[in-house]
Formats: sequence, C-alpha cells, structure tokens
Amino acid sequence: MSLVGHKPPPIFRRGPAPLVRLMLFVSVCLAMLVSDLRFRYLEVFRHAMSVVTYPLQMAAATPADVVRNASVYFATLVEVQRDNAELRRQQLGSGERLLRYELLQQENAHLRKLLEMAQRVQTRSIAADILYNAPDPFARKVILDRGAQQGIEPGLAVVDAGGVIGQVTRVFPVQSEVTLLTDRNQAIPVQVERNGLRGVLFGAGQGRLEMRFVIGSADIQPGDRLVTSGLDGVFVPGLPVATVVSVDREGDAFAGIVCEPLAGVERSMQVLVIGRVDLPPAPPAPAPPVEKKKGKGR
Amino acid sequence: MQPSNRSSRILLPAKGWFIYLSLFVALGLEYIPTGRTPGVPDWVALVLAVWCIREPLRIGMGTGFVFGLLVDVGLGAALGQHALAYVVLAYLVNGLARRLMWFPPLQQALHVLPMLLASQVLMVVVRMIAGAEFPGWSYFLSSFTSLLLWVPLTYLLLLPQFQPVDRDDNRPI
Repeated sequence: MSLVGHKPPPIFRRGPAPLVRLMLFVSVCLAMLVSDLRFRYLEVFRHAMSVVTYPLQMAAATPADVVRNASVYFATLVEVQRDNAELRRQQLGSGERLLRYELLQQENAHLRKLLEMAQRVQTRSIAADILYNAPDPFARKVILDRGAQQGIEPGLAVVDAGGVIGQVTRVFPVQSEVTLLTDRNQAIPVQVERNGLRGVLFGAGQGRLEMRFVIGSADIQPGDRLVTSGLDGVFVPGLPVATVVSVDREGDAFAGIVCEPLAGVERSMQVLVIGRVDLPPAPPAPAPPVEKKKGKGR
Repeated sequence: MQPSNRSSRILLPAKGWFIYLSLFVALGLEYIPTGRTPGVPDWVALVLAVWCIREPLRIGMGTGFVFGLLVDVGLGAALGQHALAYVVLAYLVNGLARRLMWFPPLQQALHVLPMLLASQVLMVVVRMIAGAEFPGWSYFLSSFTSLLLWVPLTYLLLLPQFQPVDRDDNRPI
C-alpha cells in the first residue's frame, strides 16, 4: 500500500519481502520435519506425492538396472561353476538338517498336542533381491525388488542365510524399503538363547548393535547368541540376530552391551521376507446363558 | 538503461517451459540410484541455483520448496529436509543474484559453493537432531563436484537464450 492510497503498478509488485517469505517457508519445512520424523503423520501425503514421482523414479532406475544386468551377463563361467559347487555342498548339509528338522517338527506338534499347548506361529516367506542402498545417506536402508503386489507388508522381518538383517518399513507397488538393524532408529526385541533373558536391540551406527535396558547384574556374557523373542507380535520368534561382543558393567544401572550382527546386514544380496500367517481366531468360548436385562426401559 | 551484467550479449528471456523442463530433468538425475557413492552432485540444487541467479523474479523459494519436497519423496528422506535446504539456498542465491551477474561463471561457482555447503550442513544438522548417524565427511564432496559442473551447466542452460529473435543468415550471433 502506498501513501497516496493506490496500489503500486504491477511491475513493481513483488509480494512479501524475501526475509518474510524465507521465515514462512522455513517454518512450514520445520513443521513438516517434526510431524514426519516424530509422529509419522505425513505418510498419506508422501503416498500422494509419490504418484507424481513414481514414473520419474522408474525411468531413473533404468541405468542402474542396465549396469546390474550387464555385470550378471559378464560374470565368468569359472565363477558360476565355483558358486555352483559351493551351493551343492551347502545343499547337502542343509538337506540333512532339513530331514532332522521335519522329524523334530512332527515330534514337537505331537508333544504340543499332548500338552494341549497352542500351535507355534506359522510363517510364510517371500524371496527377494536387494536392488540398491536407499539414497538417503543418513539412514541404513536398502530397496528390495518385491513390493505390495507380491504380498509384502510393512513390518515384516527380512532375513538372510545368517539371520535377521532388518525390517520392511515402507512398501511401494513393486519395491519395498528395508531398514537395516544397524540403523540408529531401528529396534528389535531379542532374548539370549542360553538363558532366555529378554531385551531390546538397537542400531548403534558403524555396523554395530547395542542391547539397551539390561540391568548391570544380568547374566549375559560375551559370545552369547541373541535370537528374536517374538514378543512384539511382528517378528517370528527364534530367528538368530546377533552375538554379544562386549559387556560393560561399569557406570550406571544398565550394562553397556555391544553386539555384532550374525547376518551380513550390509553385505547380503538375496534375502527372505518372513511374516506370520495369521491363524484363524480360536473358537469363541461357549456363551454364558443370556440373562434378562434389568431396569432400563421397563 | 543501466547494464545489469558484464556480458555484451543480449539474451532472449528464458522460456518458462524450458526452466521447468530443466528442473524436472535434474529431478530425474537426482533419482538415479547411486547408493552411497560419495560426490554425486545434487542436480536439483545446482539447476535451481543457476535459475535463481538468472531469473530471480520467477524462480525462488517457492520453486525450491516444491522441488525439495519432490526430492524428499523420491529419495525417501525426511519430508521437508531437502525443501528446507533448497528454500535457504534459493534465498541466499536470490539475494546475491544481482551481484553474481557481474562475475564470470568460474567466480560465480566460487560464490555458490559456500551456499551449497551451507544447505548441506543444514540437512546434516536437521537429521542429526532427529537422531540419525553422521554420514561422514565424504557427504560434503557433492558440493565440490557441483563446483566443477557449474560452468558447463550454466552454458548448457543458457544455450536456448543465445539464439537471435529473428534468424538472419548474414548476421553472426
């Protein structure tokens, strides 16, 4: 507004001052950051935006696909033969274990029936390839080549031959994003295989893991194997996760427990996505005899 | 009329569709999955900075904000992280646009480098406050590769503006 009471001509009109606009945009960005990082409110918005970005992303992924396919094409015969021999050896070993496993499973089912215990959770698994590291340099994430169309859901566990490597955190139509165990914001409930002591394992950066909130006097020692406890209702119980490297009982009430993942968390290329199969709900208990309603309405 | 830059060349005004096309091409380059390779330039920031200098009245914080969000969604970063960085970058570059036009491209690049670094530092600070891991010093390499790309990129983006209004075979450009 000018002093004489009419607006400036359009060529001089430029809207609010730059500093005002900067403050406005910065505050909008900060609000978005907080609501995304702390509260995860913006997933819907992200999905809406990804409609725009998805075709462009698919186009941009083509060069990476070409490079990967070319490297497979030029793999030498010798390499393939060596791999094949190695796989046959492993196949023999695991075949023998599988025979025993089936026997044990039958025996287990039988014993559980005898004891009238609930059946263990059943699992289903989807094999997937790791396409590439997620581009965000601040997080430890990878992208898989399977997505919602192949039945992947957020929250499923991802394992390789050695053990758990992470958890599916975002699902796209034909791809999905896995947060690795070593990410600082990833947690997984575990128990010590030797004595069943429970705890929660967090990523600690630099490829290490840390078991937090275990009191200093707890029975845990270097070399212990940690497996998933399944208490979260998400992971299948009993998957190997990590070994304890060092236990520091000095300092405050909690022990500082540093662990190393058993799986090749940042190296493996082929993985299995494992989920629970939801069993049909138990038949409802026989309904108590219906009583007449008292009072109201009469 | 006062000259607004040192160049003796009179350029055509940049076409709107060309500006946005170049920004979308940069977005596509940004989406190429390069994993953790250090020193991959931030294409969108680079193209945005060029247009913020050349067209400060049309390209600024608003464009930076929108393209920042697109980058965030595509890269799976925290929503608002690149938007914040690009808004600040656009503010700084827009503010210096009049002065930068008086410098040859190489010196422009030296002016832009600290601004690109500042936007990267901003992203690191934001993410580390949120509890992420420090990505390592090689993360900042991308600003220096952007520095190398500045001169060819400016030339490339100005090419369509170099042509004469009406074509005349007897007149050199």
